[in-house]
Amino acid sequence: MNGALIFTEKGIYCPAGDFYIDPWRPVDRALITHGHADHARSGHQRYLATHQALPVMHHRLGDIQSQGIAYGERLKIGDATVSLHPAGHIPGSAQIRVEVGGEIWVVSGDYKVTDDGLSEPFEPVKCHSFVTESTFGLPVFTWPSQAEVAKDLNQWWADCVADGKTAILGAYSLGKAQRLMKMLDPSIGPIMTHTAVEATNAILRAQGYALPDTIAVTQDFDAKAHKGGIVIAPPAALGSNWAKKFGPVSSGFASGWMRLRGIRRRRAADRGFVISDHADWTGLLSEIKNTGAENIYVTHGYTDIFTQHLNNIGYKAQVVPTEFGDTDQDSEDAA
Amino acid sequence: MKAFADLFQAIDQSTKTSVKVTALTDYFRTASDDDKLWTIALFSGRRPKRAVTTTQLREWASEVADVPLWLLEESYSIVGDLAETIALILPPPHTRSNLSLTQWIAFLVELATLEPEQRKGRILQAWSQLEPTERFLFNKLLTGGFRIGVSQKLMTRALAKAVDQDEATIVHRLMGGWTPKTVTFQSLILDDDPTADLSRPYPFYLAYQLETEPEELGQQENWQAEWKWDGIRGQLVLRGGQHHLWSRGEELITDRFPEMARSLDFLPDGTVIDGEVVAWDGAQPMGFNKLQQRIGRKTVPKKLLKDAPAILLAYDLLEHNGQDLRDAPLRQRRAALEALIAPLPDDAPVRLSPALHFNHWQSLTDQRATARDHKAEGLMLKNLDAPYLAGRKKGDWWKWKLDPLTIDAVMIYAQQGHGRRANLFTDFTFAVRNGDDLVPFTKAYSGLTDAEFRKITQWVRKNTIQRFGPVRQVTPHHVFEIAFEGIQKSPRHKSGVALRFPRMSRWRHDKPMSEANTLDDLNAMLETYG
Ligand SMILES: [Zn+2]
Ligand SMILES: [Zn+2]
Repeated sequence: MNGALIFTEKGIYCPAGDFYIDPWRPVDRALITHGHADHARSGHQRYLATHQALPVMHHRLGDIQSQGIAYGERLKIGDATVSLHPAGHIPGSAQIRVEVGGEIWVVSGDYKVTDDGLSEPFEPVKCHSFVTESTFGLPVFTWPSQAEVAKDLNQWWADCVADGKTAILGAYSLGKAQRLMKMLDPSIGPIMTHTAVEATNAILRAQGYALPDTIAVTQDFDAKAHKGGIVIAPPAALGSNWAKKFGPVSSGFASGWMRLRGIRRRRAADRGFVISDHADWTGLLSEIKNTGAENIYVTHGYTDIFTQHLNNIGYKAQVVPTEFGDTDQDSEDAA
Repeated sequence: MKAFADLFQAIDQSTKTSVKVTALTDYFRTASDDDKLWTIALFSGRRPKRAVTTTQLREWASEVADVPLWLLEESYSIVGDLAETIALILPPPHTRSNLSLTQWIAFLVELATLEPEQRKGRILQAWSQLEPTERFLFNKLLTGGFRIGVSQKLMTRALAKAVDQDEATIVHRLMGGWTPKTVTFQSLILDDDPTADLSRPYPFYLAYQLETEPEELGQQENWQAEWKWDGIRGQLVLRGGQHHLWSRGEELITDRFPEMARSLDFLPDGTVIDGEVVAWDGAQPMGFNKLQQRIGRKTVPKKLLKDAPAILLAYDLLEHNGQDLRDAPLRQRRAALEALIAPLPDDAPVRLSPALHFNHWQSLTDQRATARDHKAEGLMLKNLDAPYLAGRKKGDWWKWKLDPLTIDAVMIYAQQGHGRRANLFTDFTFAVRNGDDLVPFTKAYSGLTDAEFRKITQWVRKNTIQRFGPVRQVTPHHVFEIAFEGIQKSPRHKSGVALRFPRMSRWRHDKPMSEANTLDDLNAMLETYG
């Protein structure tokens, strides 16, 4: 390997361009795949991300020095040529392509290959070396279609209304929450949001992402006035004091982990919906094939097992230790 | 199968008891008698005979799903359940089946009569017509273990509601050696003949751990105290010239303890005794590891019978001369028990579990402290005026166990959990200090809260020194208090000791590694308690 990118204690580094990708220690120049907390960390001197990803990053990280870039736009940094391509993970998310002297690397960040109707749809990028996540790198993780889950989700909501209960759905406030909102059938009732979710909604709406109407659950919120509704909140809010204001509730939780019965039971929600913003087993394997890459570097998830499988089927794969994944309470089981 | 799968989902997806009971009650009101009977059988641990081995299932699933066998095994170790793993990796069904639960069970029974190659064809066909939940349940039936988190208690409550009977009556009717082949729903639940089954045991009365001081139980003279034996709970049923021994898990263990056959020589017909099966050295129980050698064996070699002879330490009399005594107060049951057992010779397989003499609670507290010398785990306290109840009930029976032994140890290896905790690090190896070395001596995987497991998981991710497959060696840093019930010499372990029921009782954030216990401390515990 020539080392257009190398793996360091601070994160993935490009010596030719003197920049890092999603570093977990403070650096001078950071290229960021997307706005989730385990990828966009605070403390860097300069940030580069897609135009679509920056507003949320500003909201989360405060006053940072940032530069936006359009999907597909090429930028020369030192001796490296850099471009960002849709990763289909959340709005604004990107894979980062780095070319140095004819050698091409792609860092996937988090990605999913199916179109969720909200995020810029995933685009495969040809490369020699591919850095992939493997959050769900086991054959037990295959996702039902979004349409199927949407049907179950709306049925559950309608059942809750019939039972006189408020449906309360736990999901990441950036990405998953908005995706779920778009899957809901607004003819059933009003969609209410926790303020953490609503803050993200406001930012995304201002950017032009089309989201259904929502009612923010603020201090003076009157639950009685919004019977038959569904509430979307960060996972930590489920079962908290905050949730008491809705009276009798039925709780749902939406994540890829809900595929496993054991984790559904640990979550102790009334319903688990298998819906993830990460690629499933089939998605990971098909995408790795599409890149045409020979060298595969595997980051967060079931790295050991997934890497062994890749090696068995003819790739040159290795595990790359990173500090992505599960850095805050909010993200626990929510992937 | 659809109705049964819907029932399962309703039960499995909710955390609320009321929702589960309602779903079960509705099912018991609407399903066919055959389906009801099988549902009761399955939820009370009865199941059709296994027609295929799990090795075969793994191979076939691997083939159909195009997932290499090693990868299936790795997935299984993370999912924690083979039936579920197979259900998840198989491709989606291409047709749907309308067979009922009973018909699927008939399918399984028929499977056992077929040639192995035909069995495979049938199972692949079944997999291709079942939805994932149905497939999971089907696999559960195939693999035998049907523990799916529906307690028998909830099932019984719902059934009692559906047929409008008393819960305790239903509990009793469901005890014993019936199978869906030997009974009908009508004869098991509705007909009026509870003595139909001579082997039928009574539901066990189970105690809670005493969390307060015994003084709070009131007058000491209203209470009986006994040693809490470290064996297995057993119920000996003598009726119609036959004997049956039941474990608390309602398993018939008569053949594992052939010593009990002689009880027919000493005790009258129509006797049912509640007690503890222990390995007995002639004067005292021998320690649980001796008994353990017996539990695993369906037939017992002569030598083992001599090395670890078993007896029943009797502590309650549930049936006397064919009369159900359970409603009588303990004083009366105990008097009858003593009259029955006390005269027996020393070589009888049933002996009396003595009631301890105490004039005030303090004297009992002192005696409890000597429990280990008597090979007991602590004390049992029983209200002398109380009837013999069914199931775990608060108030009249308490176990008052000794505090566990503890040692402060350093975490050195971590491994991911499975099932409920598939994405967390939960299995740890602990070491004691020996000079500058760390000597591993036990594993433990329970005792922390989910929040603590999350915290340690993040820490493990960042502090891994080396990986050995799924095992990660971590920086020695965190100290945990390990609680355990016993300690024994074990040449198979590097440290030379084996602990009984080790678990993490406390995360000692307050202790640096230098203050963890040493190998000398561990050896001293072995001297004292081993
Ligand atoms: Zn992400
Ligand atoms: Zn991530």
